[in-house]
Amino acid sequence: MRANCWLGKGTVDVLDVPEPRILNNHDAIIRITRTAICGSDLHLFNGFIPTMKKGDILGHEFMGEVVEVGREVKNLAVGDRVVVPFPIACGQCNACHDGAYSVCENSNPNAGLAEKILGHAPAGIFGYSHMLGGYPGGQAEYARVPFADVGPVKVPAGMDDEQVLFLSDILPTGYMGAEMCDISPGDVVAVWGAGPVGQFAIASAFLLGAERVIAIDRLPYRLQMAQEKSGAEPVNYAESDVREELLELTGGRGPDACIDAVGLEAHHSSPPAYAYDRAKQMTHLESDRPFALRQAIRNCRNGGTVSVIGVYGGFVDKFPMGSLMNRSLTLRAGQCHVQRYTKPLLERIQAGQLDPSFVITHRMGLDDAPSAFETFLNKEDECVKVVLTP
Amino acid sequence: MSTRLPHDDGQSRRSDSVERPGDSERRDLGERLSQGLSDQGAQRLGQQDGLGQDARSDPDGRFAQDRSADHDVPGGRSSPSGRRGQASRPGRPGAEFLRTALGWFSLGLGATEISAPRSLARTLGVHDSATNRSVLRLFGVREVAAGVVVFVSRRPERALWGRVAGDVLDLSALGLALSRYRFHPRSATRLSVATAAVVGCTVLDVIAARKQAAMTEAERRTAGSRHPAHATARATIRRSPAELYEAWHDFERLPRFMYHLDSVRVVDGHSHWKAKGPAGTRVEWDAEVVEDRPDSLIAWRSVNGSQIDNAGCVRFVPAPGDRGTEVHISLDYNAPGGPAAVAVAKLLGEEPGQQIADDLRRFKQLMEVGEIVRSEGSPAGARASNQLHQRPAQPLG
Repeated sequence: MRANCWLGKGTVDVLDVPEPRILNNHDAIIRITRTAICGSDLHLFNGFIPTMKKGDILGHEFMGEVVEVGREVKNLAVGDRVVVPFPIACGQCNACHDGAYSVCENSNPNAGLAEKILGHAPAGIFGYSHMLGGYPGGQAEYARVPFADVGPVKVPAGMDDEQVLFLSDILPTGYMGAEMCDISPGDVVAVWGAGPVGQFAIASAFLLGAERVIAIDRLPYRLQMAQEKSGAEPVNYAESDVREELLELTGGRGPDACIDAVGLEAHHSSPPAYAYDRAKQMTHLESDRPFALRQAIRNCRNGGTVSVIGVYGGFVDKFPMGSLMNRSLTLRAGQCHVQRYTKPLLERIQAGQLDPSFVITHRMGLDDAPSAFETFLNKEDECVKVVLTP
Repeated sequence: MSTRLPHDDGQSRRSDSVERPGDSERRDLGERLSQGLSDQGAQRLGQQDGLGQDARSDPDGRFAQDRSADHDVPGGRSSPSGRRGQASRPGRPGAEFLRTALGWFSLGLGATEISAPRSLARTLGVHDSATNRSVLRLFGVREVAAGVVVFVSRRPERALWGRVAGDVLDLSALGLALSRYRFHPRSATRLSVATAAVVGCTVLDVIAARKQAAMTEAERRTAGSRHPAHATARATIRRSPAELYEAWHDFERLPRFMYHLDSVRVVDGHSHWKAKGPAGTRVEWDAEVVEDRPDSLIAWRSVNGSQIDNAGCVRFVPAPGDRGTEVHISLDYNAPGGPAAVAVAKLLGEEPGQQIADDLRRFKQLMEVGEIVRSEGSPAGARASNQLHQRPAQPLG
């Protein structure tokens, strides 16, 4: 089959690889009908996530048709159309029992490796390094899906692939980002990053009752999308002072909640500030450059909440702990517990409360994956989200 | 609560501290294991003359054992035997430290002689000639070999006498050099310093060899070429203590999640274990269950004449709330080859501590989801030794 493989920092290519087969009795094999490139795939592409290996198949946002099931699979049958959540979760351990699927205790066979880097091990993730399991991803024609009874959500007849594809990751991730803000009536929420996850965090914040949502980015077309599709108030950090703007927009209070939908490869409007963290990153003195996170913490109102859904890999420098502590902020974070949100969000899509397909700007074939990565990485052609069809 | 050994007044000694669940069991077991293994050593030599008893009735010794239990270190086999040695022949406990130190010194010096003969020649004050470099390299090879033998030999005193012979060679080479460079004051001074250092080494080698020769077989068994090592692992499993106890007690089926085991056969209360040892070797031993408390604890140890002395225990403690069961494993074993071998095994992911951690991950998976979870990068499932050489995350084909 054809699959988009990571071949080293800055290089991916679509190669012929063997077709997957059942390894565990709870597996299903999916013939992929739609797959997407995630912003977090760019962290892999740019070499910021450790324990990648040449030949790893990328992709953790995919859906398709079940073509084979293992002996123990009860809820799925051949022919079912399913969307697959990106974290792999067993459904049986204490974490899964508590709904914390992205920290499943059984789905990461390389948990020992992750423990060395992170302290405790999170769940396995499709196509996202060996520290997170060494599972092939879904930018391919077929994929093996472990614990097929727990993750995959069946797509009701009559719904488009594009309407439901993002239940695999970015829609629930944005939603969880907003949910972690514990939004109450009258709240103003600021979202750093108007990429696909940021767009859904903005939409979700409104769904959960935010009075106003402020979108912060440097790309006018993304800010425009946030404004037009969800009603966010744009702040372009390349053109104006974020602190001034936030104070002005909130009467000096600061946003009640701040969402970091950027993560470890943030940009900064000031070249010296950017150069400082970039240099530390290049010399491995820090692995992640946390401009957005620093700004979110410093600008949040006293007693407010900072919600982190942008991906971080290791260690950050100049973390404003004093601001966090002295101002009674709450910091919440997590890889999305997708399995928790798939059904309620599917219902919202069915009810017409939101149509996630608005973020799609590029539709390409799987074989175009290498050029799609470049387009997405360089924000060419007003790219927001690329969907690939195998 | 278990049957306490007559001398055990653990509860009263620990009255000032908070007793965690399982603390007293752990303490009991630690003492039992340590006594069991010292008894075994003594029995092997037919010298059950009260030495072991002395150690047990020694209040300080008991305190030491108890302290080791506090730190989750049941066993502490080296301490009872060390104490015995101290009581009967003062100074003997230094034997192992000296042997190890000299072994490492040999390896370090040898490596320097082989890799940096030029700078060494300059340091010694002799010409940096091809001949001198070759001589230094040859001496380096001899030095490394001597170091290795000191570590792995079953008769370390012979290896140490071998070092003394090497020292004599070194001294004669230095003497030769001294006579040649006697009119070069700078060189002569440096060579004299080197000679003094080698004389010092020779004295240490002789002391170490004599100390080793004075060690009994039993002491060597516990402290000599075999080193007592301790490993622990724990996990919380969302199943009842009874289910987990029952699954673990099915010894013959342990190899399905303990990958280093080839087979376990239970015959007349004993079990025969076959396992993969380091570097493709095979090891076998017989074990007996020394304590068996349904739904809460299984403790075992190898019996006399085993290739690998080991003792271990698994405890099943109900986790707070509705969180299942905490499983605690503790393992004591003699590591052939000593700390160096343990370090190498660790790098390869084959050190018993890593193995039981992996075993426990797989046991948890078996009990919670019914199978061992595999990925294309790690097709065998959780295994420390596979983390270094992962397959790419691509279908197996």
